[in-house]
Amino acid sequence: MFGTRKRRRVQIFAASAALLLVSAALVGFALREGVSYFRSPAQIIAELPAPTEVFRVGGLVESGSIQRHGEGRIGFEITDGSALIEVTYKGVLPDLFAEGQGVIALGTFDGTQFRATEILAKHDENYMPREVVEALKEQGVYRNPE
Amino acid sequence: MTELGHFALVVAFAVAFLQVTVPLVGIRRSWPQWMRAADTLAVMQCVLVMVAYAALTTAFVRSDFSVALVASHSHTAKPLLYKVTGVWGNHEGSMLLWILVLTVFGAAIAVTGRSLPSDLRAAVLAVQSAVSAAFVAYLLWASNPFWRLALPPLNGGDLNPLLQDPGLAFHPPLLYLGFVGLSVAYSFAVAGLIIGRVEVAWARWLRPWVLASWLCLTLGIAGGSWWAYYELGWGGWWFWDPVENVSLIPWLATTALLHSVIVVEKRESLKGWTVLLAILAFSFSLLGTFLVRSGIVTSVHSFASDPARGVFILSILTLFAGGGLTLFALRARTLVPRDAFAWISRESAIVANNVLLVVAALVVLIGTFWPLVAELFFLTKLSVGPPYFDRAFTPFVVAIALLLPFGATISWRRGTPRRTARQLRAPLVLALALATLVWSLQSGTGMLAPTGLALAGWLVTSALLEMVQKVRLGRVPLAVSLSWLSRLPRREWGKAAAHAGLGLSILGISAITAWQTEDVRVVQPGDSFEIGAYTIGFHGVSDVTGPNYISTRGNFSLASGDRSIAVLHPEKRHYIAADSQTTEAAIDGTLARHVYVVLGDRQENGKWVVRVYVKPLASWIWFGALLMAFGAFLSLTDRRNRSPLLPGKPGRPVPDVA
Repeated sequence: MFGTRKRRRVQIFAASAALLLVSAALVGFALREGVSYFRSPAQIIAELPAPTEVFRVGGLVESGSIQRHGEGRIGFEITDGSALIEVTYKGVLPDLFAEGQGVIALGTFDGTQFRATEILAKHDENYMPREVVEALKEQGVYRNPE
Repeated sequence: MTELGHFALVVAFAVAFLQVTVPLVGIRRSWPQWMRAADTLAVMQCVLVMVAYAALTTAFVRSDFSVALVASHSHTAKPLLYKVTGVWGNHEGSMLLWILVLTVFGAAIAVTGRSLPSDLRAAVLAVQSAVSAAFVAYLLWASNPFWRLALPPLNGGDLNPLLQDPGLAFHPPLLYLGFVGLSVAYSFAVAGLIIGRVEVAWARWLRPWVLASWLCLTLGIAGGSWWAYYELGWGGWWFWDPVENVSLIPWLATTALLHSVIVVEKRESLKGWTVLLAILAFSFSLLGTFLVRSGIVTSVHSFASDPARGVFILSILTLFAGGGLTLFALRARTLVPRDAFAWISRESAIVANNVLLVVAALVVLIGTFWPLVAELFFLTKLSVGPPYFDRAFTPFVVAIALLLPFGATISWRRGTPRRTARQLRAPLVLALALATLVWSLQSGTGMLAPTGLALAGWLVTSALLEMVQKVRLGRVPLAVSLSWLSRLPRREWGKAAAHAGLGLSILGISAITAWQTEDVRVVQPGDSFEIGAYTIGFHGVSDVTGPNYISTRGNFSLASGDRSIAVLHPEKRHYIAADSQTTEAAIDGTLARHVYVVLGDRQENGKWVVRVYVKPLASWIWFGALLMAFGAFLSLTDRRNRSPLLPGKPGRPVPDVA
């Protein structure tokens, strides 16, 4: 009943390889569901995403655009300097959300409005999401905070 | 004082360099004095880094704003506790803490390791010092904490207010203890490869370090999760954020290592695999440091980051991971196992545990770094969210939890399936009953809660039952059982506690995921509303002034029917110096549930947005983690670890039923 070491090793390799295959399939399957793309406002205008696609939009909160509609609903605009996207959101906003600050919203775009289900916060007031920095640089409106 | 610290750090670098070269030459030429020099050098290096660390702490406590780091991260009005913890609340200081822990561990090996074979000890210290030399160089050249300002400001920029919290003050050092503890595992692995011997003594020495690192990582991760839960006010306890993931990946690898090193110690098998795991575990923790410090993947936790630092840490990672793996490829052949084992045996079970844990770690790794891969190769920007991790990671947790009791009960070398089945019958029946009960009570919505609760019951009862069976409770007189129980080795207690802890965490996680209820609404003072069985009353807000912040504090009452339960005060704080907001959730917690209240934004008509959650069994997530850590602590204090090179005392009266 005791296999030689070599045979045991081969068996372990075979079992591990099988498991790796299963997990590769699992990873592939899960990645299709779990991935959300990033678009800047200019990219959204250039190529409208499907109205069901959940994706992230990032940029700066346009100055003077924040509107509170009551019942916790809020509207604001995200800009990358060349395009504006209107965003609606209901819920509690992150602490560092403010006009002129970088922001990333997750949700869907129906052609006129971006319905956000999540507004991403950040820990550090000097920090701006990398995607936002690049989107702003593309439009030539990025200013280094330092 | 500051310059003294700077100078000490430069000398420490020179000492570290000597500590790498001298012992290695000693081993090569068999010169005992050269090997022994490593001990003295390790202690010297540790003292020098301590001086540097003390100098920086002094600058923080005295609010010496001529030091650039203090000026940008401290403030005179900050409480003393946060002046001290503020030393590691920033990048440079935290790297200095990292180095301090590295060198303290090095000195600890030098001082306590007298009984280690001298060539092994010298090699371990040389490798350990190579790691610290790399990080001291990084600190001196890429992120020096001792730079002065020509024109010191009158007051500082203050510590990020989110970090001004007792939970977060101690979260990074704990994680660092864990990550850096893995450097010891790495040093032992590489030293074993250098001298070509991996044996029982090696494993006996390594195991306490792995246990201690795992203990710290568990506490650090649980603490961080608890902090995110009550401080961020998002109501979640784990976000699958890159920064969280890179602490989970080494944790999973360390959990695997923790188990495989037992096989080396007890059976002298799986040597090569254990060495490889040790190298991987430390490489994963370096990878985590790289990800956090380079800001290469967008994270909600992102710290102000710097690409140049990223490149430096990437080089360190390449050097140590690549070097370790190359050495492994060249020398792994020399590690020959002593014993074979049957298909059905404890060894096989641990191999299964290891493979599952490592693949689970890879799944998390892929999800974490996929955005980077996609950007480099497919030129798209994307992020990988919780749905990926929930789908791809959960199956592994289920598989591990299913297998665990079998592995914990079956005997070494060759198991007897029938006996194991008999031993596990009761937990299995109980788990199935629990699943059926939960499934019928929640009228068949979703399999998550029944599966989770069944797994929790399966893990907890099988761990308890193992102890009961070890002392033959009910089969021998009670007094005999009790005396056996008190004489059971602590590592047996530790094992049962850690395994039951995993069960409790799974209980909390599945309950909160399946049954949590949430309510967001706008209320005005005097309003009250229902959520589940509870009534929440809102009685307005009041302004409160703290030491360095002003706060808007909500006054809420929590009642169930006519019975008043608690008064809750969620806050929105505004930190004056840093000019930023934080949200403090208010939580009324019992063992059965948490009621979690967050105060949102003020609306135009004097109303407030309020978010309330009822989270059933939430506390058990962290109780489970604490129990796991306590298990590690028990195991760590086992008498065998207190005198590692003595063989276990034979002739204990405890029968080994397993």
